[in-house]
Amino acid sequence: MSYLLDGNAIAGDLFVVFGREMSTVVGRCRKCGAEFPVAELCVYVRAPGTVARCPSCDAVVMVLVTIGGTRHVHLPALEFDE
Amino acid sequence: MSPISRGFLGRRRPGGDPSRIPPGQHLTNGFPVLSAGPTPHTELSDWSFTIDGAVEGPVSWRWESFLALPTEQVTVDIHCVTKWSKLDTSWRGVSLDTLLGAVETEADYLTAWCDGGYTTNLALEDVVDGKAWVAYEYNGAPLEPKHGGPARLLVPHLYFWKSAKWVRGLRLTERDEPGFWENYGYHNHGDPWLEQRYQGD
Amino acid sequence: MLDVPHWPGHRAGQHIDIRLTAEDGYQAQRSYSIASAPEDDGIMLTVDRLEDGEVSPYLTDVLEPGDELELRGPIGGYFVWDASLSGPLLLISGGSGIVPLRAMLRHWAAARPPVEVRLLHSARSLDYVIYRDELVGLAAFEEVDVRIALTRTWPDDWLGQRGRIDRGFLKDAAWPPRDEPRIYVCGPTGFVEATAAALVENGQQPNTIKTERFGATGG
Repeated sequence: MSYLLDGNAIAGDLFVVFGREMSTVVGRCRKCGAEFPVAELCVYVRAPGTVARCPSCDAVVMVLVTIGGTRHVHLPALEFDE
Repeated sequence: MSPISRGFLGRRRPGGDPSRIPPGQHLTNGFPVLSAGPTPHTELSDWSFTIDGAVEGPVSWRWESFLALPTEQVTVDIHCVTKWSKLDTSWRGVSLDTLLGAVETEADYLTAWCDGGYTTNLALEDVVDGKAWVAYEYNGAPLEPKHGGPARLLVPHLYFWKSAKWVRGLRLTERDEPGFWENYGYHNHGDPWLEQRYQGD
Repeated sequence: MLDVPHWPGHRAGQHIDIRLTAEDGYQAQRSYSIASAPEDDGIMLTVDRLEDGEVSPYLTDVLEPGDELELRGPIGGYFVWDASLSGPLLLISGGSGIVPLRAMLRHWAAARPPVEVRLLHSARSLDYVIYRDELVGLAAFEEVDVRIALTRTWPDDWLGQRGRIDRGFLKDAAWPPRDEPRIYVCGPTGFVEATAAALVENGQQPNTIKTERFGATGG
């Protein structure tokens, strides 16, 4: 299954980055418009960084990389209303 | 400062010739599968490999004609930026010297692109003169999809994220254009012996 | 069992992230669901020892009482159940996916809300059913129903499901969609996706199904 998990697996990292529990926050995929809680992201953790994809269209919507001890979150295609 | 976990070593295997293990790396058992997305599945009848971009006359091979190209059997050490290294891995593939020999170009760089959307950038000088292959066999057997089959790039002298899985082509470019991981902070070059993991290293 | 100073309390279904650091600075991190209920003393983890694991063999073979462990948590706000939520409660797990559901069951037993609970659990064989005795005890409650599916080997006189949890088993074992069960599915990714798909095919509403996928979280 290509080591596919879900947004629950990155909840701790997201808490550190966003300062709050993110699993239930609803995000919207900018590629296809699908809305889903962060917990339902398709997450690939075995890579140079963590890649989160839209559960609907598979587009890369969030990328987490840790560089020199600092976590960086990139949101190439994910937006939140909150 | 994290507390030290008494007696923790992890999965690392001791031993190995230190002169073959770059700084910060360790030997590992097995062959870890790293992936940024679902494993693509392309039928061989649909597969092709293309070189285009800044070239005089793009070229493309279908699977049968690709296999008919001169191939090499190589044994190389590989180093992943996630710190594992594997020595003496055995591959069969077509040298990039053979493939690039089919086009004329003034370009200095290329972007490798793949099924599933992955890309990585390389300087031409890093893939010629026997430094890179498009490999389709590992350990004497057809390359498994989870390891990049039917064919992947193999550039062992750089960190293994440059050895793009499921490669389908090279786009030659005038300038160095960061690929997927490079865009997110990984090093444009990626020499494990200089520990070029991240931009600025 | 972990003794965590200043533990703020947790909700059933949450997890912790454990980080190990070797003397040379090498680090590895893994997530573990909390197996104990909010009402229990201390934090209990149930660790599946993977033969080639990076962290699990350390936790099961090397860690001793008195050792220090770095962790963060409790984490998770999606795959959680509180006794204040309306039922009925349908819990479905494969293998080690039962751990967070055990926390939910223990929380139910401590709080005794007017909610019916069903646990459907899939394991290779009876030997692989964790918490077996505890599940028998919980099934004694009138409101609790536990059904085990054995996928590889089963006793000759096994009256439970022989083989995987499939659409037919779910149709029989789950409350009908009109009863609006609150559903939690946990286990390996393949199990979770197949089970969730089967539930939806049986007419369950997708937004009543919460999923948590377990897998190899190391690189």
